[in-house]
Amino acid sequence: MTSPAPAEPDSAPVLALEGVSKSFGAVRALQDVSLRLYPGQAHALAGENGAGKSTLIKTLSGVHRPDAGSVLLDGIPVVFHGPGHARDAGVAVIYQEPTLFPDLSVAENIFMGRQPRRSLGRVDHAAVRRATAELFGRLGVDLDPGQPARGLSIADQQLVEIAKALSFDARVLIMDEPTAALTGSEVARLFRIVRTLLESGAAVLFISHRLSEIFELCQQVTTLRDGRLVASEPVAGLTEDDLVRRMVGRELDELYPKQDTETGGVALSVRRLTREGAFTDVSFEVRAGEIVGLAGLVGAGRTEVARAIFGVDRWDAGEVQIAGRPLRPGSPSRAMAAGLALVPEDRRAQGLVLGLSIERNIGLTGLKATSKAGLANRAAERDRALDWAVKLQVKYSRLHDAVATLSGGNQQKVVLAKWLATGPRVLIVDEPTRGIDVGTKAEVHRLLSTLAAEGVAVLMISSDLPEILGMADRVLVMHEGRLTAEIPRAAATEEAVMSAATGRERSVAG
Amino acid sequence: MTMTIGSAPPDLAQPARRRSLIDLVLRVRELAIAAVLILMLGATQLDNGSFLSVQGIKDLLLNAAILVLVATGEAVVVITRNVDLSVGSVLGISAFAAGDFLQGGGNPLLAVLIAVAVGLAFGLLNGLLVSMGQVPALVVTLGTLYIIRGVDSIWVGSREITANALPHSFSAFGYEGASFIPYLVLPAAAVLIAVAYYLRSYRSGRELYALGSSPEAARLAGVPVRKRLLVAYLACGGLAGLAGALYLARFGNVDSGTGTGYELTVVSAVVVGGVAFTGGSGSVYGAALGAVLLTSINSVLPAIGVSSVWELAIDGFLLLAAIAVDRLVALRVARVLRKRAAAARSVGHA
Repeated sequence: MTSPAPAEPDSAPVLALEGVSKSFGAVRALQDVSLRLYPGQAHALAGENGAGKSTLIKTLSGVHRPDAGSVLLDGIPVVFHGPGHARDAGVAVIYQEPTLFPDLSVAENIFMGRQPRRSLGRVDHAAVRRATAELFGRLGVDLDPGQPARGLSIADQQLVEIAKALSFDARVLIMDEPTAALTGSEVARLFRIVRTLLESGAAVLFISHRLSEIFELCQQVTTLRDGRLVASEPVAGLTEDDLVRRMVGRELDELYPKQDTETGGVALSVRRLTREGAFTDVSFEVRAGEIVGLAGLVGAGRTEVARAIFGVDRWDAGEVQIAGRPLRPGSPSRAMAAGLALVPEDRRAQGLVLGLSIERNIGLTGLKATSKAGLANRAAERDRALDWAVKLQVKYSRLHDAVATLSGGNQQKVVLAKWLATGPRVLIVDEPTRGIDVGTKAEVHRLLSTLAAEGVAVLMISSDLPEILGMADRVLVMHEGRLTAEIPRAAATEEAVMSAATGRERSVAG
Repeated sequence: MTMTIGSAPPDLAQPARRRSLIDLVLRVRELAIAAVLILMLGATQLDNGSFLSVQGIKDLLLNAAILVLVATGEAVVVITRNVDLSVGSVLGISAFAAGDFLQGGGNPLLAVLIAVAVGLAFGLLNGLLVSMGQVPALVVTLGTLYIIRGVDSIWVGSREITANALPHSFSAFGYEGASFIPYLVLPAAAVLIAVAYYLRSYRSGRELYALGSSPEAARLAGVPVRKRLLVAYLACGGLAGLAGALYLARFGNVDSGTGTGYELTVVSAVVVGGVAFTGGSGSVYGAALGAVLLTSINSVLPAIGVSSVWELAIDGFLLLAAIAVDRLVALRVARVLRKRAAAARSVGHA
């Protein structure tokens, strides 16, 4: 893998950030960050989750306005009033999940609001299709301009977004983890197109967790950590290890209070589980008292596996056993009865009824236990809620306040309380600390550790690598729907997990 | 992972035949409703030879005209992934406003304009509430449904407009016609064609679809969301107002309860006509066909000797059938997509 020829360094930057800071409440997302994007140059942005990458992109694309510092377009300070404004200035963003209109044709998606017109201001549908076909021709893409966007693969949707960027002559192309959901050949096609754009003088900002891609495509790399600029340097001469060191580099011990535990018998056993189009042939075991981390890139199929085990989705083949007894697929209530609990990824949408009170949210999973003759017993529900709220140190003013009034961290504790109240044998947590502050994060970790010590089998899905390394007894890694590695705690390093997550090596047979 | 740059495999063969089948099912939606309608009318004609006489056809069209008008407006709103439940109340109050004006000796054309203006005013209110507040349109327009009905009741009291208080020329417009085409159908058809053309051929019309298909993507694409929503509700209100004037002409009788519950019929017509409640798809022609289908059942049942008490149940059945078709198509599409993704993946691994 060789880097393409470096861009001429003497040209002026098209788009730049100078000393930009941005805070959200008490959280300082970006502090004094500078970045320069040159025409014809692919610039990588590296950093862990929460390092400030998305805030930086949103500042460049006009979604956020910096608190301090400035955005420079052709060397002149500008203030973008929203994404439309930045787009008109030639800044195009391709998000990880493309934002298309599923019901409309590919051609309409590209030209929405900017369709060529004929007399009386009428949209010239034929011209829209022609222009789209012409764009696809330039990109070497074989898509039918008339087909609806619904049903396109993520890769094809991204190509539509790129065609859209081309259609208004974008000079800056920002790509936020565009390859996360792509297969190898799709990545190759994407890179080929991006190189063509670079040759024609576009500036590209590229974000990827797959370090090898940064080395393959980019000439310059800027690394962020905790909202601060760590380094901005040419890619040539760096190694992947250098980059990882710049990205990580913090004390992990306090945040991850992992106790050593005695492991018991197999609590959860998953054998050759397959759901067509989501994951294939996934087998693993979690023992009582063990925390098993499930790592992988977004879209690798981790959440899908958890949902299938818990019975939210069906599976096409394979078997799941709880404490040696087979679990019938497709029923969350049977899964709960068998001693399984799932703390979902999106707590606001899937984990909580935001408008309901704290006590009733916690009580939801215990209605069977606390109700008599089909009638809910409010006093029993309240006692139970109080019990758990105290155990988990939820900070609230009254138990009958709506959950929506709590902070993200405390909401997450309520979700945990709700599931812990069922006395689970196996607890699956999906991104347990996403978007919550460091203090609460440590509390959640302590709680998981205590649970494991009490003999609960914990399966922890997380995109936060330090969290996985700090908390898990064993790390399972998924890549594109398959399990690619099983790494014991002692051997689990950031590099090892990342290699497996990006499919560079496989340390698990079949 | 090894990559051979510059010689990526040819694009994965699209399962073109399967895709075009799905496209056909989706696109053919209006045709399917038309087919059901024709089958129903044809079967009734076979059973009862006098059903499709000149007067019979004229009656069918007369019955449908007003619903077609309101359903057209409602469809515009539903396409944006919203709903307007206040159309029945708006129809009632604008019908009375026009009638009150005519009773006082007003000009019929001016009366129609008054009805439209009343409708536009309430459309503006709905549009502002929905586009400004972060409240679901279902709740907002349920609120205005009651408010407008309340204002109507206070204003009208126990008064009522009767046909003999209206100018003859105005009432005659409500039932006369040329051969089997009643005059009442003409404004409805004109509005239908104009709205369909607007939705298809103007940027702002296409943006209504974009908005309903994905509000977030629409915002990112720079669609002026509030402005478009306002226009949709204005259109819906204005057409409900116009329908109020036509209602007055056709039935002559208007009181404070006129149009109560009509919104449910309107929404049924729109949904039966294939305008998805999830926004972004369907057409006003579909909604109009849905309206004709629902009102025709009214005439079909007595013609084949079935008691009209069955009408509501049959309407409900059609509604469920329409939604079931949507769901089946969606499931089918999802299944095909999953298979295709899996196929793409296995090729990617090979």
